[in-house]
Amino acid sequence: MIAEAGLAALWFAGALAALQLMMAAIGIARGREDVAAAVRPVAIVQGLLALLAMALLIELFRDSDMSVKLVVENSHSAKPWLYKFAGAWGNHEGSMLLWVTILGLAGGAVAIFERSLPERTLTATLGAQATIALGFYAFLLFSSNPFARLNPAAADGLGLNPLLQDPGLAFHPPTLYTGYVGLSVAFSFAVGALVTRDVGPAFAKAMRPWVLIAWIFLTLGITAGSYWAYYELGWGGWWFWDPVENASLMPWLAATALLHSVTVLATRDGLRAWTIMLAVVAFSMSMIGTFLVRSGILTSVHAFAVDPERGAFILALLAIYIGGALALFAARIGTVRAGTTFDPVSREGGLVANNLLLSVILGIVLIGTLYPIVAASFGVQLSVGPPFFNKAAGPIALLLVAVMAVGPLLRWRRDDAKAVLRRVMLPIGATLAAAIALLFVWPGVLPWAGLSLAAGLAVASVAPLWKRNLKRTPLFTYGMVIAHFGIAVSLAGMASDSAFTKETLVAVRAGEPARVGPYTVTLDGISPVIGENWSALEARLTATRGGSESILRPQLRFFANPPTSTNESAILTVLDGQLYTVLGQPDGQGRWQLRLWWKPFVTLIWFGGVLIALGGMLSLIGRLLRERRAAIRAEWA
Amino acid sequence: MKRFALWAPLAIFALLFAVVASGLFRPAEKVVRSAMVGKPLPDFALPAMVPGKPGLTSASFRQGKPRLLNVFASWCIPCIAEAPQLMRLKAMGVPIDAIAIRDTAPAIAGFLRRNGDPYERIGSDRASQVQLALGSSGVPETFVIDGRGIVVKQIIGDIRPENVAEIVLAVKDAR
Repeated sequence: MIAEAGLAALWFAGALAALQLMMAAIGIARGREDVAAAVRPVAIVQGLLALLAMALLIELFRDSDMSVKLVVENSHSAKPWLYKFAGAWGNHEGSMLLWVTILGLAGGAVAIFERSLPERTLTATLGAQATIALGFYAFLLFSSNPFARLNPAAADGLGLNPLLQDPGLAFHPPTLYTGYVGLSVAFSFAVGALVTRDVGPAFAKAMRPWVLIAWIFLTLGITAGSYWAYYELGWGGWWFWDPVENASLMPWLAATALLHSVTVLATRDGLRAWTIMLAVVAFSMSMIGTFLVRSGILTSVHAFAVDPERGAFILALLAIYIGGALALFAARIGTVRAGTTFDPVSREGGLVANNLLLSVILGIVLIGTLYPIVAASFGVQLSVGPPFFNKAAGPIALLLVAVMAVGPLLRWRRDDAKAVLRRVMLPIGATLAAAIALLFVWPGVLPWAGLSLAAGLAVASVAPLWKRNLKRTPLFTYGMVIAHFGIAVSLAGMASDSAFTKETLVAVRAGEPARVGPYTVTLDGISPVIGENWSALEARLTATRGGSESILRPQLRFFANPPTSTNESAILTVLDGQLYTVLGQPDGQGRWQLRLWWKPFVTLIWFGGVLIALGGMLSLIGRLLRERRAAIRAEWA
Repeated sequence: MKRFALWAPLAIFALLFAVVASGLFRPAEKVVRSAMVGKPLPDFALPAMVPGKPGLTSASFRQGKPRLLNVFASWCIPCIAEAPQLMRLKAMGVPIDAIAIRDTAPAIAGFLRRNGDPYERIGSDRASQVQLALGSSGVPETFVIDGRGIVVKQIIGDIRPENVAEIVLAVKDAR
């Protein structure tokens, strides 16, 4: 019964999305305010029904209901409960249901919380949101039903890919999806504003928190995903430029650009067309990301289902939404008056430079990701790997960091070049000092530039707080400072990792020491261990450095359902870096392969990521508080 | 001019869309082409899997006669489905060697008892290292190798009854 109830909830939600779209259309086209007023409650109920469907699917997994096809294919009764729970979205159908659930809830949240937008524009926005949701409901109901039954029921499930049996999986997709879907709200706002010809500061102010929320979740999702891949895949790297990694990086780049341009529109009424364009592009990147992962068109370690029919369905949705929005943009944006203008040397100018550089990086990543598909249509099979992306995007990213350092030190509207130069003396000094100091340990060109610029950016990012009354500085200024500082921290970690990592691959007997970086690692012995649904060979390693000793226990793990083995790395985290150990195969003569890495300051990459997201959160809270105060003041005036 | 520029994003998107859509529907996309075809086997030497049957080295494929190399495992269900076709190939005079992936001697012995034993040699690839070197990503997989050790054909997935004739032909051509 639970599966049928879930399916029914999904059908009702889809029907309500259709109703929501029709009511919004009637409300706007006929000017029927009574009809338009009903759009809000419909959006809320639609979101709740999607949530109900998702909850019922989770219940089916928790209960290990082996009469449901999806559960049989992706779960096993002997699995730990956390992975039964996460198994609900660790597959194609479940993850699409999660996507539409977050989409529906986001629409409901807009309906509940959005008060600053004119009613007509809000109705149009909710109509656009319903259109997106409708496509995904159709996708689930007609081509990816997660509640399909299996007759006769299976004795037990096939299990979940062991690589996915990690707490990282339980939280990574929902985080990333919230980010993706948050961008759908920005997209709907843009479409709504185009429909009612209402592109201006008020619209930008309403859109900004949603972009911020999406951006915070994307940042967290990417950071967590990177760390998860780093410790779970056991290859010692943190970013591979895998198509699926790019699929989450591209929306992030677009959202970052959008975040900055929407601020220009909200506070200075500039960059109107550009902001709308970015909102469309950002959501397009989310959709393209979904398409790339779901269609099986690209080969990747992450891609789920190789299914052209589903790929075609998502491709059709892509064509309707993105093509439709771009056509609407082209037809309508000419009627939107240009915003105010500004000098090239100004805060706006810096933000435009930031936007252009981000767009160029986005273009490079997009081309690198799609190029294999294009090449394949000419009969050439190839893949584009890290060397291309690092070489092409690296220098531009460093240029962007330089712009980031200067931008916040500029004044709005117009600034004096000489005064600017005076203000950036200190960051430039820090950059030069770091650059000269690094000449003595020459780390290679890109890492050298990266570490030097990170020092400059770290100084520059706290400069806006200089000589200010820290108590009266608004929270969103702190947010910006922390986020920019986080970028400097991440950049330092990335550059340090690529410059100073030491790697050793050895075959050792018990008692034989191996050296890596400042550590001496000794294999004490190998012993078998048993987990909930796996067995493993576990090595006991003693790592000594100076006088201190630590124990690490990397494992070679075997799963029965399905039969697979994985390497569970063991990582020792210390103040100045991480010792990363992986147990390899025995050579049959009593020796064991060990892969050892010493990675100085690698943790800064993710610590920086967390700081960036924290900066975003402070900005969001700051903005919301200010708007609330303004609203209260308006009420009393 | 300005008007035209506004439609540019849509035009770019349409172009991209056409390319991606064509990529999705091109039938060749569904067949994974092996990078190994036309190349010599990588060098390997695998220990024997079961008592009484020799292990497998790449040198044994360079003795002037074409052979089949079957990658399989006792825990692999499609391998069971494939077994009768391998027995038929053996009966038709095709020499077959095997690499057993991540397996144990008792499990393989049981598998051969239940499903028949078409193999002349079986090498044990406990860590899938040779499998990876062969560019093989799953079990079962079968390679037709000519007398000089060059891979002339790769069959991904289980050999169906309708594939048998085609394989025999490939082995004949490889002579």
